[in-house]
Order: sequence, then C-alpha cells, then structure tokens
Amino acid sequence: MAITRLWDLSASIPSYTVLCRRGNLSQKKYEAKFSVPPTDIVQSHPDLITCVKTGTITPPPFVFARFMATKTNFRSERPLYPSNEFNFRKQRAATVQALETMPTRMPPVKAKMIAGTAPGQAQKLTAPKPPKGFIKKKEEDDSTDLGDGAEEWSQPKALTKPPDQLQLTEAELKEEFTRILTANNPHAPQNIVRYSFKERTYKPISAVDQLAVHFSLDGNMLHKDSDEARRQQARIGVVENSTRKEPAAPEASEKNEGEEARADSSAAGEEGAGGEEMTTRSKKERKLTNQFNYSERASQTFNNPLRERASQTEPPPRATFSSTANQWEIYDAYIQELQKQEKLKEKQKTSITKKDDDPRRKLPSADSQSDDIGKVSKSSKIVERMVNQNTFDDVTQDFKYFEDVSDEFRDQEGTLLPLWKFQYDKAKRLAVTALCWNPKYPDLFAVGHGSYDFTNQHHGMLLLYSLKNPSFPEYIFNTESGIMCLDIHREHPYLLAVGFYDGNVAIYNLKTATTHPNFMSSAKSGKHTNPVWQVKWQKDDMDKNLNLFSVSSDGRVVSWTLVKNELFHTDVIRLSLEGSAPEGPEGAQPHATGCGTSFDFHRQIDYLFLVGTEEGKIHKCSKAYSSQFLDTFDAHNMTVDAVRWNPFHPKVFISCSSDWSVKIWEHNVKTPMFVFDLNAAVGDVAWAPYSSTIFAAVTTDGKVHVFDLSVNKYEAICQQAVVSKKKMKLTHIEFNPLHPVLIVGDDRGHVISLKLSPNLRKLPKINGSFCSIFRHVTRERLCVRHLSGTQCGARPFIPRTAGVWMRGVM
Amino acid sequence: MAEVEETLKRIQSHKGVIGTIVVNAEGIPIRTTLDNSTTVQYAGLLHQLSIKARSTVRDIDPQNDLTFLRIRSKKHEIMVAPDKEYLLIVVQNPSE
Repeated sequence: MAITRLWDLSASIPSYTVLCRRGNLSQKKYEAKFSVPPTDIVQSHPDLITCVKTGTITPPPFVFARFMATKTNFRSERPLYPSNEFNFRKQRAATVQALETMPTRMPPVKAKMIAGTAPGQAQKLTAPKPPKGFIKKKEEDDSTDLGDGAEEWSQPKALTKPPDQLQLTEAELKEEFTRILTANNPHAPQNIVRYSFKERTYKPISAVDQLAVHFSLDGNMLHKDSDEARRQQARIGVVENSTRKEPAAPEASEKNEGEEARADSSAAGEEGAGGEEMTTRSKKERKLTNQFNYSERASQTFNNPLRERASQTEPPPRATFSSTANQWEIYDAYIQELQKQEKLKEKQKTSITKKDDDPRRKLPSADSQSDDIGKVSKSSKIVERMVNQNTFDDVTQDFKYFEDVSDEFRDQEGTLLPLWKFQYDKAKRLAVTALCWNPKYPDLFAVGHGSYDFTNQHHGMLLLYSLKNPSFPEYIFNTESGIMCLDIHREHPYLLAVGFYDGNVAIYNLKTATTHPNFMSSAKSGKHTNPVWQVKWQKDDMDKNLNLFSVSSDGRVVSWTLVKNELFHTDVIRLSLEGSAPEGPEGAQPHATGCGTSFDFHRQIDYLFLVGTEEGKIHKCSKAYSSQFLDTFDAHNMTVDAVRWNPFHPKVFISCSSDWSVKIWEHNVKTPMFVFDLNAAVGDVAWAPYSSTIFAAVTTDGKVHVFDLSVNKYEAICQQAVVSKKKMKLTHIEFNPLHPVLIVGDDRGHVISLKLSPNLRKLPKINGSFCSIFRHVTRERLCVRHLSGTQCGARPFIPRTAGVWMRGVM
Repeated sequence: MAEVEETLKRIQSHKGVIGTIVVNAEGIPIRTTLDNSTTVQYAGLLHQLSIKARSTVRDIDPQNDLTFLRIRSKKHEIMVAPDKEYLLIVVQNPSE
C-alpha cells in the first residue's frame, strides 16, 4: 500500500508524504516511509494514517498507521516504531477469521529495519503485521493509545477465541521468534530475460521493480507560495499584499498578520494603518469557502399521509378472435383497394359530366332490387349443364371419344353416329329453316324456326342451343313472323342477322337481355315484300358500320347498313327473269322479276357473289354493277335451295335444288363439273370445313348424304337416314367448324347432331385434292385426254392440305 | 327471375335429380326440394366443404376461383355450384 498525500492545512505546516510500502499481506512484510513535518500534530484522514507528534524534531515515538487492505478487507492497528527492530513476544493468533491465509498459530515475527533511517525527513519502517492478534498487543500499549484516544479503532474490543484454539503454555507463549522483513517483492518476477543484441543471447534482468503501489490520491491543494498558486491568484486579480493574506489558514492568521504588519510598517510607516484597514475591510468583503469547514443543515418535515383512491369498473367485453390470412385473402384485399382507387378516379372524372350518369345509375339499382334467387342464375345454368352431362353421359363420351371401328373394314364408306337431339316444346310444330354455328363458341349454334308451308304460316322462333345442354336452349326469341334464314357475325359473335317470312330483316344482340330484336327493318325502310331467303353478314363498310346483305323472292338483293342504330337499305341488284338485263324501268314488268332464294359471297373476291333463284338459275353478280349479271348458269329445273362457294378452292361452288340434284361448278364454266342425283328434293348442301372435297347434303326423305370427291366421284360415301322417312323431312345441314359433328334440322323442329366417322373426315390426299380432281374433270370434259391420277400426282411438291395448296395456286 | 325459377324447375324435373338446395352465404338453406333434416345436413356440410375447396383453389392461384364442385359417390352425384353469395346444391342419381 502506498499512500501519497499532500495536505495543505496551514501555511506553517508544510506538506508531508506518507509512503507505506507493503509487500505481501500474508507474509506481513511492510514498509512505511514517512515524510512528516517536524512540528505540530498532523492528523490525516482518519482512515488512512494518523501521526502523532510531540513537537520535537526527533522522529515521532510511534505512529499509528491503519491500513486498509483492499483485498482481504481486514483492519489492523499497530504501532509503527521508529526503531529498526521489534521484539515480539510469541503471540497466539487470537482472531483469525478475517484472514484466510493466516495460519492458526502465529509464528513469532521479528521486524527488522532493512533500509537505513533518516530521522526527520524520511523514516523507513519495516513493521511486521500480525493481524488480529494485535489487539492484545495494543492493550499492552494502552498508554500510547491515549494520545489519540478519540480514534474509534483504538477502542478496546472483546477478545473472542475460537473453540478449537490451540492452548499454549506460558513458556511457549514467551518464546521469541525473529523474523526478518525484506523490502523485496516476493511476487516480483525473478526470471525476466531480455534479448541482448550485443551478446546475441537472452540475458536475465536483475533489476526488477519492487515497488507496489496500492493506493494513490492526488491532492487538490496548492501551497500558496508555489508558482501555480501565484498564477491562480494573479488570475483572480488579487495582486495586493493584503489580499494575499486571505488564503492563510485561520490558525496561523494572527501570527502572520503581526509579521506582515511589521513588514508593512517597516516599508512605509504612514501607510501601515491604511493598509491594515484595507485588509480588514477586504476580509469582511471576501470570504473564501472553506473546503473542510462547513456545516449543513437539514430538517425533517412532517410527511403528509398518503391517500389512495381507486374504483373497480366493469371489464370491457372480450372476445377471442383468430384467423389465418390466406394468400388469396391478401390478394382480394389488394384488388379491392385498387378498385376503390379506380372508382375514386372515375368519380373525379365523371363529376363534370354528372348529368349523363343519371339514367345509367337507375339501371343497376333496378337490377339490385331483384329477387334473391336471381343471383344463382349463373350457377343454376352450370348445374343444369352438369345434370345433363350426367344423364347424357354416354352421348358425351361418344362425342368426345367414340370412333367407329367398323370403318376400317368398310373400305371407303363411313357412318354417322347420332348424338344429341335438340328440341324445344314450343318449337315443335315449326320447321327448322336455318342453322348456323357460332364462330367463336364451337358448341353454340343458332336455329331458326319457321315454316316452309306457305299456306300455314304462324309465328317463328329463334333458338340458340349449346352442345353442353341439349335439353334446353340457351336463348329463346319469339318472333311474330316465321324465320327463314339467319347468320351470325364473324367478328361479333353475339350479333345475329335474321330474315323473316314477312320480308323483314332484323338484328338480335345476345348481349342485351331483351326478347325483341335490337334493330328491325320496316315497311318504311325498304323491307322485302317477299320472304327473305338468305341473309349474310359482310365486312364492315368504309365507315365501320355493320353491313349485311339479304336476298328475297321479291327479286332484290339488298345491302343493309347499320348507321346510328338505324338500318339503311341499298338495293344491290334486281333480279330479272331474262337474266341479262332488266327491261325498261323498274317495276314496269313485275312478272319479269326473278325470285332470289339463296346467295353466297366469294371469300376472296369481295364484290363477287352468286344468287340462286326460284327459277333454277344461278347468277354470278358483282356488287358494283346493279343492273346486270356477270354470268348466269342454267343450273336447275327447280328452286335453287342453296348455293355455296368452296371454302378452299376459289373457283368452285356447289348448288342444290329441289329437283333432286346437287351440282358442283367452276364459276368460269357454264356447265357443272359434277352432278349428283339424290333421289329426293335436296334441302341444303354444305362444304366440310376441313377438306375441300367433302360436302354433305340433306334430302326430304330424311337422309344425310356425305360425299368425298377424292374417294368417290360418283356416289356418296355415306347415305344415312336419320329421321323417319314418312313423317319428317330434313331441311338444313351445317358442319361444326371445329368438332367432327354435323347438325341437321328437320321440319318438326328437331335438330340432330351427328358424329362423322373417321372415313368421313379424311384430310385430303395429294391425289385426291379437289384441284387435281377438278383439273381431271375439266380435261375429261374438254376431251383432251384422260388423265390418270398418277400423272396428276407427279407434281413435285404439293402441300398436304388443300387450302394451303389453293393459296399457292392463286 | 322467372328464368332462374324455370331453370331450377327444369333441373328438378330432370331425370335422376333427387333434390335441389339453394344455400346462402351463412350456410342457411333458403330454398329446397328435400325434407328439412336432409336439407340442413346437406347445406351445413357442403357449405363448409365448398368454402374449403374454394380456399384451396384460390390459395394455389389467387386469380383463380372455384366454379364447380362435383362429388361422385356410390349412390349419388352431388353438384355444388358456388356463386358470389349463394350455393346451389343438386343431388342426382346418375345411374337412374
């Protein structure tokens, strides 16, 4: 333990240093070095050291030092003798509990002064430190203790002995031990080596620092004569002599004053009194705070009794809620948020044009008032289809998967498998007068009902069926007059053009939920005066207006244009009986008017179209020339029921008539390429959408005839009666654009769907492609020479599908 | 709305259809052709099932949605068509 301290208690007492050097506590080697002022009593901090001095310059008779052992927390009091040797009687360790390392039996200790003493200036004390057993010793030194009897630690304490303490005899107790205290630090390392570059070896270092500093504290007091003190005083601004007195300690004030007064008077006699006055005044004025002498006052007031107030309320109702947020719930939340934002934007936009909104708003509100059950309309439709699917499960399976295996053994011929039969009770008595597949939804088709019995005309009906629900139509429109024809727009598959028996043309929009046609011609707007036999949508005109053509037995071909929700008509051509040109002014000879019954527009050449007439003629017309025909074919002996361009070959068309015949034409040649006699009035004929050589026709005897010219040029590869011959006549036929399915309509309002067996839907071979057949036939007719199929097939490269090849030719 | 009524009538009159139940969002049957206890049982159970099925479909792809649920059993086929607020349940005996 090293205690270094500077006290500035008074000007007359110089500072002193107490330095205790202690080795190891357990070995009780201590060293104390005192630099004690020669006069007066010095009292240090009571915890640290107390020096009692008798006033002589000689070393103090004893000094009580009290060490604070930080580690073991034990306190020991013992006299520090200025002499260099101590004689200790053999002591018993009276109290050992405080020191763990202490042996129970206290060895005799002999203190020995190691370093030489220099009394007055520095005293090195080597004192053994017997720990607690020292109390006994202290009792013996009571007389010396009286000097500082005020010290609390010097008060006698009761001796407590552990029960197992060793009992020693007097002789043993009196036995003396001598112990030498050394100044060496036993913990100091003995074996430090350092590399010596000079000798190039590690050399042990003999000089090891033996000083162990256990405690050091810097004082904050300055001696007034020191440089620092002067500097501080200068800073405060006290320069005068009188003021310099003030920091002097009060104990020495009188003496100092006297001295100074003397010094003052010697310097200047007259000023002496004045100086004294100044000093006294300044003393009163300025009072330095004494760091050590101050008092603190405090008083305890009454504590007001604490009062606490609380009341219990009814706990708010609790409910446990737990839920898992799914991914889709998060997604929905985001979508809702987006919609909200969009609505807000729209609101801001429409706030300007609010007036326009009012009528619109009424519509949805009217809808929302509808019955609850209306909300299941969509699902009820789905369920209906599913129920039907279950009941017609076998048919559905056939539609999808059945292929007639017998085809393989039948060589070329094929069969038709009846699938669903579509009928609607209210259309029972109405003949099927028109069929049309929806170009967008291949399961949807429209059926027009009317009557071909001109003496028995009633109402008509427009029905749309889906293959998914054969038991009930998807849409039902009742019409006042019988429907004679219909067509679905290619680009707008919800628009239906309908021609009526009374000569009207109407457009139905499936999107609107009305039962009436959206647009209808009238007597004012130039409707036909006779039944409309065929309607066809055309491409939109130059102003992007919807455009359709109609043909009627009143001899007119009319172009209808939908401009601003009104149908405007333009007569494209008037059919004349002579065919070449109408004679004289229009209407002058009504008997000379031809009766158009069917027409078809060329797929590539926009202006070119064919019109079949009641008289059995087919006129090749142009939209550009309203007065004359490009050509006229004397095609049939009776009404031309249908005329259709081949979907692949641009020059070939087919016609059928009630004169039992189906004829295939090349439009530049006046005579037909093929003539087929079907032994019954042919109601309709249709090209297959998948092959240029396949077509099908229906006859009034209830038969469907399917031809494949690449297979057989003379006979149908399939002739099949699908309804009873006596009762019902077949009226119309259509190929499904996607599935291998035909629909045929009869005059009792039934529509039958038929699946084509694999033989009936062969894709064209190279040899069998219509073009080669066509060339074959032409050359045959021209009697050039008979070309065999192999010669035709010698063409180096011909793509497989006829359609592609046709385009190549063009 | 007559249209829907007719559709429901048609479904009910269809071959093999045993019953038609319309269930609202809370799982309470609002229209039925079956007897009370059967209706309640069907409605309660299928409501939960369809919610679960819808949740499954939507969890896989949030933009997707359940349109139809078909349960083929030994005796029946139960068809559930969920709509925004209602559930249409049709029980059919397809072999009939």
